[in-house]
Parts: sequence; C-alpha cells; structure tokens
Amino acid sequence: MARVVVVTSGKGGVGKTTTTAAIGAALAQTGGAGGKGGERVVVVDFDVGLRNLDLIMGAERRVVFDLINVIQGDAKLHQALIRDKRIENLALLPASQTRDKDALTAEGVAQVIAELREKFDWIICDSPAGIERGAALAMHHADTAIIVTNPEVSSVRDSDRIIGLLDSKTERAAKGERVEKHLLLTRYDPVRAARGDMLKTEDVLEILSIPLLGIIPESQEVLRASNLGAPVTLNAPDSAPARAYADAVRRLRGETLDMVVPTERRGFVDRLFGRRVA
Amino acid sequence: MSIFSFFVRRGTAPVARERLQILLAHERVATSGEGGDVVALLREEILAVIAKHFPIERDRVQVKLDRGSTVSTLEIGVEMPVDAKLGPRARVA
Repeated sequence: MARVVVVTSGKGGVGKTTTTAAIGAALAQTGGAGGKGGERVVVVDFDVGLRNLDLIMGAERRVVFDLINVIQGDAKLHQALIRDKRIENLALLPASQTRDKDALTAEGVAQVIAELREKFDWIICDSPAGIERGAALAMHHADTAIIVTNPEVSSVRDSDRIIGLLDSKTERAAKGERVEKHLLLTRYDPVRAARGDMLKTEDVLEILSIPLLGIIPESQEVLRASNLGAPVTLNAPDSAPARAYADAVRRLRGETLDMVVPTERRGFVDRLFGRRVA
Repeated sequence: MSIFSFFVRRGTAPVARERLQILLAHERVATSGEGGDVVALLREEILAVIAKHFPIERDRVQVKLDRGSTVSTLEIGVEMPVDAKLGPRARVA
C-alpha cells in the first residue's frame, strides 16, 4: 500500500527540499527485506517555476520531461521519471521550470498521484513555500505530512498555519479523516537553545502540539551535500544531520526511538586544529 | 549590558515563546472559519453604527488593538466635527 508524504512548511528556506532528498534517499536505502532497501521511492517536485529538487538530487542535467508535461499529456509518466544513478529504487519527478503554477490542475495532480501509487511504495511530495495553489495541491493527496520547522518565530507561525490547512483542505480532511502529521525541527543548534537564545524543542512542540519526527542539527554537511548534488544521507552518512534523518525515517516507518540530537563525530585532524569557520 | 545583567540573562527564547503563544491563539480562531476574528468584526460593526449617525472619514478614525493572552482591548477614537449633524442618540455612541 503506497504512502503519500508531503514535506511542507509554509515558510521558505527552512529545508523542505533538503529534507525531501535526504528522507527519499534514506527510505530507498533502508527498509525492505532485511533493511537493505528495496522499497520503491519517488520524490516529486511541486515547485513549478522554481524547481530545485533536481539540483539537490544531482539530476539537473537529466531532466527531459516534467510534471506539467505529464499532466498535459505531452509525456508519459515513465518518460518524465528520472532514475537515481546511485540508488536504483529511487526516482525523481521534476517540476517544470518554464511554466507557471496555473498549469498545475487538481485533476492532473490527482491522475499523476494515482499512477504513482501503483508504481511506488513511497511518494514524497516536495511542497513549494507559501499557501497558494502549488502548496495546496502538494498536500492535497497526502496520507502523512512532515512539517519542516526552524526554531524561529516566523517559521513556527507559518507551520501553525500549514497544520490548520492540513486539517481542513486536504482530501483526507474532506473524507473526515486525518492527515498524519509529524514535526521535523531543522537547523537546530543545541548550544544556542541551552543558552536560551533559540526556541527549545519542547517550546516548539508545546506550541504546535504535533508529534516530533526528528531534530536535524545545523550542519555544514548540508551545504556540502547540496554543492555536490547528493542527498546528505548519501553524501555523508555518518554526519550528524544524516544520522538524524536516518532516525527520522525509522520513526516514519513506525519505530520508536529515543530522541537525541546527533553531534558531529570529529576526526583526529579536526580535533587537533579545531573547526575551520570558512 | 552590565556584568550583573550578564549573569541573570534569561535569553531571548522565552520572549519568542510567549509572543508565539499569544499570536497563535488569536490566529487559530481567525483562520478556522468558526466565528472568525471577533475583534476585527467588532471594529467594523462599531464603525458602521457610528456612521449611521454622522459621516465619518475612515482616515480620521484611530483604531488601536492590543491582543493579549487572556484579554484583548479595542480602542476606537472618532473625531466628531462640531458642525456634524448629530441625531438625538449620537451622544450614546
């Protein structure tokens, strides 16, 4: 039974695309028989006009057709899907860069999601920022939502708004069912939180009152991975954010794990010379 | 910042937390579609009542709103021109 997951936030720049790529790759690599992977995963970019998931996944030079081409019948779904070169059971459905978001129709999206449900076990939808059409359609068919939030006032406020929309404007809401909601706290800095200058995990949880999927620490590995066009879980699997994403994926599959904020394992050279700032 | 205040510093996060709690309590009601934003509704209705008795210029009306955690206050200041034709009940407004 396929599961549709939307990665959403309201606010831009909080880490939706990074999260979609990292979770998509981690889902494809783990689970399945013996935890060796095998479940079929697709990551779908809904940010029409400002696509970026292709770039973060390192597939930007292989985009031929996109979501809008499929919706408008210019291409078949299998022609638009880009298979990942590193993980064979991972695919990407890119958004259109040239069309505007009005080309995204409710019927078209419903059709594509229905087709993806037949081909994949996990469909991860990367929502655009905002609460307009693109964001509304990205969440519409979701069974599960990952709400990406930074420990910062404007991000928390926008997440609250998105939670309201997930409870009222989705297909599940229309049927009187609920979208399963998870909070993913990103760019978290435990040192600043302990000093009292950053909202603590408990503060955000109390305000938004949805269960916590994971805490991704602020890390230079995220930028390194995006520079190279590889999900952070693939590029630096032992790094703190990658381990945090791996834990989040296990929780998404229903496991219960202790909630810890992973810290960077520093190598000998790092310890000798300290962290370089730039 | 004095040395003393450095030691008793609570940090800014508690302020952020409190501001968010108050703000979201109001926004959840306003966007839920149930009842809507009562304070905004009151503002419009009060102004409409005043407008029934004499013409009011929108840009000469001062509306101050303070959304608190338990109590909100709405202050409406209307300039009533001396030569405005006031009906007998206008004094009540």
